[in-house]
Amino acid sequence: MVMTEFWHWWVIILTSISIIGCFWIITINLTNYTHVGEGESMGHEFDGIEELNNPLPKWWTYMFYFILVWSIGYLIIMPGMGNWEGLSGWKSSHQGIVSLDESRTLSAKSIAEGEFVQLDQEIKRADEIYGPLFKSMADKPILDLAYSDGLCFEKNGEVYAETACVEDADGKRPQGMLEIEPFKVGQRLFLQNCALCHGSDARGSTGFPDLTDSDWLYGGTPEKIKETLMHGRVATGMAAWGPALGGEQGVKEVAQYVLKLAGRKVNDKMAEAGKAKFALCAACHGANGKGGVANGLATGAPNLTDNIWLYGGSTHKVEESIRNGRAGVMPAWKDVLGEDKVHVISSYVYRISHPNK
Amino acid sequence: MANHHEKIEKNITLMAILTVVAISFGALVEITPLMFQKDTTEPVKGMRALTALEMEGRDIYIREGCNNCHSQMIRPFRAEVERYGHYSVAGESVWDHPFLWGSKRTGPDLARVGQRYSDDWHYAHLMNPRDVVPQSNMPSFKWLDEAVLDGEIIGKKFEVFNTLTKGKTHKDDAGNYIPLYSAEDIAGAKAAVEGKTEMQALIAYLQQLGTHLK
Repeated sequence: MVMTEFWHWWVIILTSISIIGCFWIITINLTNYTHVGEGESMGHEFDGIEELNNPLPKWWTYMFYFILVWSIGYLIIMPGMGNWEGLSGWKSSHQGIVSLDESRTLSAKSIAEGEFVQLDQEIKRADEIYGPLFKSMADKPILDLAYSDGLCFEKNGEVYAETACVEDADGKRPQGMLEIEPFKVGQRLFLQNCALCHGSDARGSTGFPDLTDSDWLYGGTPEKIKETLMHGRVATGMAAWGPALGGEQGVKEVAQYVLKLAGRKVNDKMAEAGKAKFALCAACHGANGKGGVANGLATGAPNLTDNIWLYGGSTHKVEESIRNGRAGVMPAWKDVLGEDKVHVISSYVYRISHPNK
Repeated sequence: MANHHEKIEKNITLMAILTVVAISFGALVEITPLMFQKDTTEPVKGMRALTALEMEGRDIYIREGCNNCHSQMIRPFRAEVERYGHYSVAGESVWDHPFLWGSKRTGPDLARVGQRYSDDWHYAHLMNPRDVVPQSNMPSFKWLDEAVLDGEIIGKKFEVFNTLTKGKTHKDDAGNYIPLYSAEDIAGAKAAVEGKTEMQALIAYLQQLGTHLK
């Protein structure tokens, strides 16, 4: 942040006046103009109570002076006086940026040039410590990571480097060896970022998919899970089919057919009528109703035959879905968490949906 | 030097005047210059004006006092940047009247909550926060789903914002400031919100928070 010459001097002059003014006020306040000695009566008496000349204790007044002297030192060392950046060169962060690109460029520059920008330094330090741990996990295939018993790291100078997990004579990890369990790291990240929608047990709720079952809207391979996490998903979106199905009767008939697909007991006559209308649904759910993944359609349309229901499986709820339509959105996490962490969470999600290797 | 101190102590008007002079130094040095800095009057590059629905949502955010428990200010500390995203910059707030930075976090910061969660999630959360965050102590805002907007004064709000943001908007190629809202925006504002629920408006507002810094 660079001020114009006017504001630069405005700050310097007002600050200087303020400090000098404080010196002056304290000095005249400490001078005894009353010609009455300390502890003697000021000559006032109210109801037998006398006012004595009691100045502030000396140590207290010296603190005022000390603070003023300290403020001068502070303004020399730290930024504060207009455009003066201070001898220390300290900055909290880059101010006045107008785009993320600019922010990244400035941070890279400040680190390369060794500037003392507090936030950049904090992040750099954390990246040095945690970066190699996440990098090491991100370099492994999701499948390996999901069932990994633990990864061991040893400090190589200041930074951690992966090493073989060994035990000392007592059956413990040698001193200085750091062991992390990718599953637990993934779990922690999941609880902080994903549990809001999918639940702390990852079993979802109405509208938010259960991740522990075998039902996937966009595919459950490690690659597909990671892709979903990285870039998010916006469902093609189920339209409100009420009007196209010829109103309430049509909705009820298709609902009966859909429930039949899921193996539920239904009104066969209505289901038969619904089957004819299901052609409209087949574009996304497939003619067999097995959903987008099974039919190779990237629509995010659920499998209707497995009796797993994202928006409720009661007749009433299925009719509601058909009548009003549904559309789910999975946010993208690439920019929020970065690819390394997304990789670890992907392995966690894969593991909880496939508990056994 | 005579005892001037006594004069001040015995004259309340003089004392009041001198007190105001003494305490105004801080504001003159720390606040006044900011009003004239390019950094605090220039919007970030990706900044766009709130749509009619988002503007209504902003007013509901203020009316329901969301800013009493949620800040919109990510400070430049690693712990905050890690949790919420890039720290807030001045250029994101230039069109805010009033600022909704807040000063208390009973709930999390919302400066970059936009696009973090789906609309469905926000709906479920506002209807009953405990449905999605069991330990939440946020009140439920069910009535927003029933209250319907009429959009009577949204056009007027746009005009007010045009006045408030004069000289702080984007510039065209010739270097002239482009008003925040065009005549068509103002004319079409009512139709854009009429019949929508307050819930939709609030969610629309939340979903754009912090998405302009690109």
